[in-house]
Amino acid sequence: MPKLARDLLFPLIAVVAAFIVGGILILLVGDNPIVAYRLLLGSALSWPDGIGYTLFHATPLIFTGLAVLVGFRCGLFNIGAEGQLYIAAFATAWVGITFASRSAWILVPLCFLGAILAGALWGAIPGVLKAYFGSHEVINTIMLNFIAVALVSYFTQYHYRVPGDPILQSAFVGEGAHIARLGKFIPGFPERIPLNLAFLLALLCCLLVYLFLWRTKWGYEIRATGSNPTAAEYGGISVRKQIVLAMAVSGALAGMVGINEVMGYRYRYYDGFSDNYGFTGIAVALLGRNHPVGVILAALLFAVLQHGGIYVDGFSEHITKDIVQVLQGIIILFVAAEAFFKWSLGRFGFRRLKA
Amino acid sequence: MSDFLTFLLIVIESTIRLATPLILAALGGLFSERSGVINIALEGKMLAGAFTAAGVTYAADVSFGMGSASPWVGLLAGMLAGLFIAAIYAITCIKFKADQVVSGAAINILMFGIPGFLSGALFLSSGSTPQLPKDHLLPQSPWIIAVAIGVLVAAIWYVVYKTPFGLRLRSVGEKPEAADAAGVSVSKMRYWGVLLAGVLAGMGGAYLSIGQSSLFTRNMTAGRGFIALAALIFGKWRPVQTLLACLLFGFTEAVSNQLQDLIKFPSGEKLPVQFIHMVPYVLTIVVLAGFIGSSRPPRALGIPYQKEK
Amino acid sequence: MLELRQITKRFGAVLANDQVDIVVKPGTIHAIVGENGAGKSTAMRIAYGFYTADSGQILVDGQVREINSPHDAIALGIGMVHQHFMLVEDMTVAENIVLGAEPGSALSLDLKSAAAQIRQLSEEFKLAVNPNEPVEHLSVGQQQRVELLKALYRHARLLILDEPTAVLTPLEVEEFFAILRRMREQGKTVIIITHKLSEVLAISDEVTVMRDGKVVGRVQTKDTNAAELARMMVGREVLLRVDKPEPQVGAAQLEVRNLSVVAADGSKRLNGVTFEVRSGEIVGIAGVEGNGQTELMEALAGLVDVSRIRGETILGGKNINSVGARLRRELGIAHIPEDRHRRGLLLDFTLAENSILGVHYRPPIAALAGGVFLDEGAIQRRANEIIEQFDVRPRNAALPARALSGGNQQKLIIGREYRLNPKVLLVSQPTRGVDIGAIEFIHRQLVSLRDAGCAILLVSAELEEVTSLSDRLLIIHEGRIAGEVDPKVATLEEIGLLMTRGH
Repeated sequence: MPKLARDLLFPLIAVVAAFIVGGILILLVGDNPIVAYRLLLGSALSWPDGIGYTLFHATPLIFTGLAVLVGFRCGLFNIGAEGQLYIAAFATAWVGITFASRSAWILVPLCFLGAILAGALWGAIPGVLKAYFGSHEVINTIMLNFIAVALVSYFTQYHYRVPGDPILQSAFVGEGAHIARLGKFIPGFPERIPLNLAFLLALLCCLLVYLFLWRTKWGYEIRATGSNPTAAEYGGISVRKQIVLAMAVSGALAGMVGINEVMGYRYRYYDGFSDNYGFTGIAVALLGRNHPVGVILAALLFAVLQHGGIYVDGFSEHITKDIVQVLQGIIILFVAAEAFFKWSLGRFGFRRLKA
Repeated sequence: MSDFLTFLLIVIESTIRLATPLILAALGGLFSERSGVINIALEGKMLAGAFTAAGVTYAADVSFGMGSASPWVGLLAGMLAGLFIAAIYAITCIKFKADQVVSGAAINILMFGIPGFLSGALFLSSGSTPQLPKDHLLPQSPWIIAVAIGVLVAAIWYVVYKTPFGLRLRSVGEKPEAADAAGVSVSKMRYWGVLLAGVLAGMGGAYLSIGQSSLFTRNMTAGRGFIALAALIFGKWRPVQTLLACLLFGFTEAVSNQLQDLIKFPSGEKLPVQFIHMVPYVLTIVVLAGFIGSSRPPRALGIPYQKEK
Repeated sequence: MLELRQITKRFGAVLANDQVDIVVKPGTIHAIVGENGAGKSTAMRIAYGFYTADSGQILVDGQVREINSPHDAIALGIGMVHQHFMLVEDMTVAENIVLGAEPGSALSLDLKSAAAQIRQLSEEFKLAVNPNEPVEHLSVGQQQRVELLKALYRHARLLILDEPTAVLTPLEVEEFFAILRRMREQGKTVIIITHKLSEVLAISDEVTVMRDGKVVGRVQTKDTNAAELARMMVGREVLLRVDKPEPQVGAAQLEVRNLSVVAADGSKRLNGVTFEVRSGEIVGIAGVEGNGQTELMEALAGLVDVSRIRGETILGGKNINSVGARLRRELGIAHIPEDRHRRGLLLDFTLAENSILGVHYRPPIAALAGGVFLDEGAIQRRANEIIEQFDVRPRNAALPARALSGGNQQKLIIGREYRLNPKVLLVSQPTRGVDIGAIEFIHRQLVSLRDAGCAILLVSAELEEVTSLSDRLLIIHEGRIAGEVDPKVATLEEIGLLMTRGH
């Protein structure tokens, strides 16, 4: 089988299989899977709301998918995108509030820098812990997620909330920190849809990540470390530096979710805004086979589901939007157990896996 | 003085109450991780146990009129739910040698969704089960629970260190090829480890929904599966230390309100509750990095066993 | 006792066992000999249930048996001591021995009666160990005894020993052979896998010879001799002899003075080594494996943390101890590592990507946009040159390195390092797991590099290889240089004595 076909085939099988399992579950609770799936998938295609919101939902998932991808390519499992994006989003808002009076020419780059640096720093912590203390990044990123959430909630509650506001959210950022919604440029596309320039930034990042990993010496070193750290060391590559660098880049990418959230959508920090973007990023990267193009496709799929979930909630009797989480979970499970399909296909030399 | 005693008693009681689900889940995680299978899916298993226990207790109570027996049926169902989820996890990780962290994350995501999905269908609610009567819950007395937990920990310690089963379990987590060469079936022991983890985590979840409270609410574990994992690491993968770690984490939670008033920043500001919540996570990072003592995971943790290259 | 019939086993593209027939008579010591990669271990791992054969039959005591796991093998009275010991380091001797065959009931692990039983077995077979000692505190020789006790404790009637003497000193080898004879007297059957002919002749009753996955001969030990066995193993009359011109020796390139490598526990695996390598010569290092060769080569290649190094490494008049792997390569030190899968290759990377490892960060490879971007054209050219010049097959730079045979992987590495025009070349086990054709090719390349003025330091476990390639031969023993001989005149006995006795 050619490589490209194989790369496309297994994720596709995983998705179809997950939909079948999900369909059985829907049947079991006494609803009609076809109707439910039509709501779930069909609503994404309408213009302008369906497409607009789907792309808006895809934006953070592309960022977190890329974040997980960069970690994976260095042999690291970044479960910490969730914490990184919270810290970064708060940092973005902090910059936008602190320098609120500045013009967009200064404030936009400053806020970008805030998001990227904060994400990179928070990401680098587990990198340093792994590289210099040998502790597992999976555990540390999980722990850092909780710490991040508590930390930003503390700052929001005690220092950056507008006095009297019952909602846990910060004050607004300065006007200069707003980035344009795409409605401004596309005729017939209303500006109330929060799809903004961050989406284009996400696409640009896919290209940049591709070039970085596969066309630069730094990317070569990161991938070499991920492929075989002892051989990388032999090739004169500092494994420790690559681990820290990869985690920092990964954190920076996750941090850019803050740009979408704060500068393009709410214009303030809103506590608990992330709809599991960091964890869905794991699904996105895996389903996208850790390739930037795959990440775009997988992020779009999950965004479609996320958007459709709202319609399912509203228009079907038994099914709630939780079906989206369920499908996501089953998809990753199937992607993870790729051997399952090879085994059930039972062809080529894969019979051996039975033993 | 008697005020202080009353306060102390309250703190001890609520420490035990809050630590119980952590202890159950963490000890479950111990079986799994000692056999070499990472268990970041404790959260998902707890959710499964909590939801199933509440749902089944309600059904047993309302539909079958089982009265005060219903929480026990619910507990059993919660354990079975944990077992079922663990079985899925075990098959993907052990039989199909999937990445353990990936499948664990998948289980967690799946279990964030399943309770909402089912409660919508079964109870026409968005993510919670109906309220249970107060007298149809698991025993509330912290002293009964303390005794039960004590017995359980002693039993687990004995099983892990003093039985052939425990020896095999530990060997499989340390060096599976050695166990295999000695005639021990690596996958069998790992199935045992993961399935026991499911039962115990399911039990921990059940205690949350039909012991500590009287219904299941959306995402009611709120990260307790991860705190249990933290306690397991903080307890260096040993039963008694893990128990102590859980009690410590339960204690910080129990006294978080009191601590807020007791400890103040130099500026006079109260210690925010968020900082108290961070304690388990910070401690875990510190211990894992070897800053205080060292915590060495089982050597084969997270590595699927493949004897033929 | 044991019979393998028509056993065939494939690992991916490699045919490890090709219709192997082996018959082992009860109460004998049976040697299975062959070069590295001949398929000896694979066949025995199949007999022990570690691998499952693709086809063929296993007979125990004349009956066809299914052996799907070590558990099955143990039940049939088969025990195996693996080359890399199968012991759980942080458990005690007794725990390791009883693991999987525990005394007492399922509810209670009776380590006391186990310890008593172990003591009794220790006495009987003269295998002294302390049952309550953690395995991680034991020496290699003691660990081997634990492995033997493990098999005996399970009432093994047949013991399979995979390269048991590779880790032993000569004195320990003699003791070990005495133990094996004692076992034979007690009615046990022993299979010993080895590639050392002297040991075969000293201990065995019968010999099966394997080459390239096939059985190529079986003889009674008393009816054969080293020359005949060697001929069968290698498959041709003449042993390895490399034709090479007289060396044109120049100035010293690499000097090593009193070099030591200190392990975490303070012990010195390499202990005060001094020598020099001059341009135009090959200096060989002979020795039993595990006597500090690995530490020496890794230290010289810059792969050992400077805090663990004592003494001096002098290149071009300067001490380069604190210089890392990258800069050492820039200074002209190339390195062919002993384990190509662990060190030498990125198995999932393409041949093209592998061909630039170590030079990937500098021109002409990283040449675009201020040296950040890789020049794909330059990478392809480099890869194709290496593939062409070093006859790497298949000739497709886009294949992952994993898809190549051992010999072709090694040729790729040698090409990559050759291409650096090194002043100094460090070579470890250049022909391990490499087919005969490739061996000759690799040897010719090393000699041609020497004749171009490179200073070559060669470590090999194959005594014939080091003696025939080297211009000077150092012998290493327990981390020290035990002596230097002229490989043209020294006898194997002389070298062997230095390798094992130290002086």
